[in-house]
Amino acid sequence: MGPQHPSTHGVLRVKLKLDGERVIGSECIIGYLHRGVEKIAENRTYQQFAPYVDRMDYVAAVSSGLGYCEAVEKLLVVEAPPRARVIRTILTELQRIASHLLWLGTHALDIGALTPLFYCFREREEILKIFEKYCGARLTTHAFRIGGLQYEAYDTLEKDVERFCKDFESRIVEYETLLTQNRIWIGRTKGVGILTAADAIAFGVTGPVLRASGVKWDIRKAMPYAAYDQYKFEIPVGTTGDTYDRYLVRMEEMRQSRLICLQAIENIPSGPIMGKVGKVLKPPPGEVYHAIEAPKGEIGYYIVSDGTVQPYRVHIRPPSFINLQAFDRMVRGHLVADVVAIIGTIDIVLGEVDR
Amino acid sequence: MADESKEPKPVHVPTGDKPASSTPPVSTPSGKPADASAPAAPPKPPAPAAPKPPVVLQTPLDNEFVTRFRAKFGAALLEAMEDRKQAILIVERARLVEIALHLRDDEKFDMLSDLTAVDWPKRDRRFEVVLNVYSFAKNERLRLKVLAADAEEVPSVVGVWPTANWQEREVFDMFGIVFSGHPDLKRILLPDEWQGYPLRKDYDILQQDTAWVRENLGIESGQ
Repeated sequence: MGPQHPSTHGVLRVKLKLDGERVIGSECIIGYLHRGVEKIAENRTYQQFAPYVDRMDYVAAVSSGLGYCEAVEKLLVVEAPPRARVIRTILTELQRIASHLLWLGTHALDIGALTPLFYCFREREEILKIFEKYCGARLTTHAFRIGGLQYEAYDTLEKDVERFCKDFESRIVEYETLLTQNRIWIGRTKGVGILTAADAIAFGVTGPVLRASGVKWDIRKAMPYAAYDQYKFEIPVGTTGDTYDRYLVRMEEMRQSRLICLQAIENIPSGPIMGKVGKVLKPPPGEVYHAIEAPKGEIGYYIVSDGTVQPYRVHIRPPSFINLQAFDRMVRGHLVADVVAIIGTIDIVLGEVDR
Repeated sequence: MADESKEPKPVHVPTGDKPASSTPPVSTPSGKPADASAPAAPPKPPAPAAPKPPVVLQTPLDNEFVTRFRAKFGAALLEAMEDRKQAILIVERARLVEIALHLRDDEKFDMLSDLTAVDWPKRDRRFEVVLNVYSFAKNERLRLKVLAADAEEVPSVVGVWPTANWQEREVFDMFGIVFSGHPDLKRILLPDEWQGYPLRKDYDILQQDTAWVRENLGIESGQ
């Protein structure tokens, strides 16, 4: 299958070993979108590299950007001011909703339900409009800067977010009406691509896929960053770790993200939006690993500084790459038609798998 | 501006009521009370900051865990340190698998978050292979490092953490480090026939496998 198959969400090639219609083995061939992001990083300054991370997971650029900015801040031993942290949290949670909406729309489309796509894109559009109003870009936003934010929140940001959140409550119900009790949907997803908790941990799987396997772990709670320690939210978990569970977990995550946004706009602290960082960044020699909970899982940045303006080494731990590794375990024994459902349920973005 | 470039120093940004449990705390060793957070007169704070003692970000690590670890592995622990409050252990390459098993089973570092490498061409052993492990039980991260020279092999940890499979392949692909005992060590992101290891420091950013590009893409250069 692939690399130009519509269900692979980009350029993923999967070699399948079949016994009739049944999959008895698989191998993922990746790298079609490899751009050498980590090499580029070594030849740019810290600020110059920031926009590149948006081009990895290009449907959740805000989250990748947050991870990178926070990692460099840690390396510099500075912190973003409270106002910046709260605005970052709001935008990142909106991004999570947008990413999950894109996943839901395309995943349902892959399995044969055409309708949800249109609804999902309608709401996603509202989020992209907020991004556009905030920083001028819709996808590769480069919304944050090392040390804080470049742009002050625009006047009606709170209002826009509030309006979106108000509408969105009933919109999730609409999606659920289409799918949750739908017999075809249940037939195509229940019991498909089961990943046990032990396997998930062994394969380093993170994010909604890990939680659907019943492991209650979310970096936003375990090692809070940005302003997550100020807000109340639940971590949804699944029980069997099948495709249906992963669907339910992501649906609930969108609800929780909506709640976080509502709490955050209640009280955005005033004050500066940029911490005290110089125009030229020269982090003291040393290294740091910083990870955040991106919509797809743990995105980690391991950055080594040699005290110059360019990073000595930047390594990115991409959730899509690592989660995709569990694909083989999930697909064995299923039918060819289920392969499509399983690729969709891992929620990969090839830009991030290949970097 | 030239001035600013010299001071990536810890500036304590007042974080208000930030509870202690926030991000693994960014250390602010010098604890400069830069509480005049307002755009206030900038000339003041830099003045006393000039003779500031050098910030110590790397410190030797010596806690209960390290003591336990040293008791068990003795000389295999080459160095234990902390950098920006993150624990780092440098260990003997030959005993990596044994150490990994111990960390996974006895110390409950059950997830390997990340495996990568860093190239320091001027050092005796040019490669550092870096493993970031995480413990759900303790909610702690630990960084494990082994050193390897150019032709030296590093024992594979796929048997301990299956997730290492693709990550070791990526390191092999980008650095040419061979992991002994890996079930299927081959390139993962670059084409199988590609010559050279791009993330080595002696591989220039504009360098490429011209022969491969010409043969497979029919163009003179991919740049």
